[in-house]
Parts: sequence; C-alpha cells; structure tokens
Amino acid sequence: MTVHNLYIFSRTGTLLYYDEWNRLNKSGITKEEEAKLMYGMLFSIKSFVNKISPLDSKEGFQYYKTSKYTLHYLETPSGLKFVLNTDNGAQNVKELLQQLYSQVYVPYVVKNPVAQMNEPIQSELFKLKVDELMKKSPIYLCRSL
Amino acid sequence: MVIYGVYIVSKSGGLIFNHDHNVPKIEHERVFNYPLDIKLIYENKKVVVAFGQRDGINVGHVLMSVNGAPLAGTLLEDGRDVLEVLEDPQNFPITLKFSRAKMTTNEKIFLASMFYPLFAIASQLSPEPRSSGIEVLEADTFRLYCYQTLTGVKFMVVAEPSQPGMEILTKRVYELYADYALKNPFYSLEMPIRCELFETNLVTLLETVEKSGISSV
Repeated sequence: MTVHNLYIFSRTGTLLYYDEWNRLNKSGITKEEEAKLMYGMLFSIKSFVNKISPLDSKEGFQYYKTSKYTLHYLETPSGLKFVLNTDNGAQNVKELLQQLYSQVYVPYVVKNPVAQMNEPIQSELFKLKVDELMKKSPIYLCRSL
Repeated sequence: MVIYGVYIVSKSGGLIFNHDHNVPKIEHERVFNYPLDIKLIYENKKVVVAFGQRDGINVGHVLMSVNGAPLAGTLLEDGRDVLEVLEDPQNFPITLKFSRAKMTTNEKIFLASMFYPLFAIASQLSPEPRSSGIEVLEADTFRLYCYQTLTGVKFMVVAEPSQPGMEILTKRVYELYADYALKNPFYSLEMPIRCELFETNLVTLLETVEKSGISSV
C-alpha cells in the first residue's frame, strides 16, 4: 500500500499545498498547469456527479478508481479541498483526510497568525506534520522500488 | 439493490444508448402561507429552490405545479409569471409541488460527453505509469462503473453503492451489445442504438441481476 501524492486547494481553486511520496509517473507538464488541470477535473466531476445522481446528494463525490490508483476527495463546507492519491487497496482514507484537516491544517495553518489565507502554505512545520501523519498511517507503506 | 441506469458512449464521446432502469421519483407537495419560507430563483428557464430546504423539499428541486396545475417553464397555464403570483399575498394559501430535476435527453448527451475528458484526464494525472481511465466513481448516493472496450466504446452502469457484481454486469452489457446491436445489419457504428432485441434483453438482464444477483446470469 502506498500514498502517492496530496493536493490541497482553496475555495477559489488556488493550489495551497502539494506534496508527493511515491510518484513514478511525471505528467510532463509544470506543477502549476497540473494543479489547474486537477482542479478543473474535480470541478467538472462535482457538477457531473450532481447532475447524474438519482437522489439528492449530501456529500457528493467521494473517490474514483482507475486500474492503477485511487483518488480520494474531501471537501469541507468552507470549500477547502483535499485530494489524496493512493493505490487501490487503501482503506479508510476518508478518515485520514479528515484527520489531516482537523489535526494538521487547522492547528498549523488556521491558527498560524502569519499564514495568509488563500495563499500557498509556506510553513515548514506544516510540511513536517503532514509528512508525519502520512508516514504514521497504515496506508503508507513504502514499496521497494 | 437498485440499478439506476445504463449508458453507452461511443469511441468519439457521443451517447449512443441510454436506459433509465429504476430512477426513484422524488416529489413533495405542500401548502404554503404568505410569505414563503423558501427562496425560489430562475435557473435555466425553471423555478428552482435556492435556499431553505425543509419537509423533503431540497435545494435544487424544481417547481412542478401550482395548486395542482402543471407549470410551463416559468409560466402558469394562464400565462402569468410564477414568481409574480407568489409575491401577491392574495394568492395564498397556495399548494406547490416540487420534484428533483429530471434529466432531459439533451442533458444526458451533454453529461456523456462530459465524462469523456474526465476519463482521459484521470489517466493523464495518474501518479503511476500506464493507468487506465476512471473505472469506478463513487458519490454518497450512487456508484458509477465504467468499462472501456479495446475499441474505445464505454459501458457505464449507475447503481446503488451497495450493489455487488457491477463490473461483471458492464461486461455482460458489452456481450449483449456485440450480439444484438453489432450483428444487426441495420445498425451503423457510432450511431444511436435503436435495436428492440438489444433493449428487451438488457431489461431482462438488469431485472435478473436486481432480483437474484450477478451469479445467476
């Protein structure tokens, strides 16, 4: 089991944070372009899911799965978006994302007076804590490459 | 155990077949007094709930009828504008019926072609090399299974998240497509499928799967 990479987007689509652990495939475009493509895709998926859903949805889009990876998605009511790519076997990723929000993002970004809202996260402490949380979780199990 | 629908998208991204199997009807009727406790707005030539969901009437629901008379777009049968009628206290109490917006054929074609780039981008943004596109997409109310054949045709099944065996079902639908649509001499590729045999066999398949599970087919 592995965690590939993590994106955090703001309500307006700015890439707040990006980190990667085991990523074998580079998309061949710059990080900024990739972030825009990712956000655009998520935005479309959200409206797609809303329209095609036969019932009234509350939380909407949860994850999608391809033959090689799974993309997990968590959106807070304030519009903050967490995207985590893992392998297909990962369990309870939703809880992990919720932990990331409540135990790392809120204490180290929201409660940090020098961190600007809606701007990429510069804090080293935040980076450290994200890394710590990921490596602690059972989903993260470094595969021998 | 509910299967909501089946979609088939051609190689070039056009919707060539769609079957709504078991789409629940969500309708709520209620008597309202003046002033209205929900906020209604115009959206896409419809009157839609924008705020204030209650009694099963949710945000996004469309106004269907006023005092039992169906609505033509945003106008009443006698040609009066709905929002103007609802602003006048003399018209109250009033019975309004709301329902979840039904997809028109045009919207379905639009959605099918929207899935096509999502499928492609998902494979491009993959952290692992040589990934396929989206195979399963889950939301809280449904799960969408997509099977792309070697020739690029996509078979999509929308079902309840708890429904098992849907991956196999998409392949069974492919078999039916190969048997009843492709072998039909009057069917031309990339065109909408209008083959009676295909449709009847598909409905039988969906019903069997719903009743007794995928293992029985």
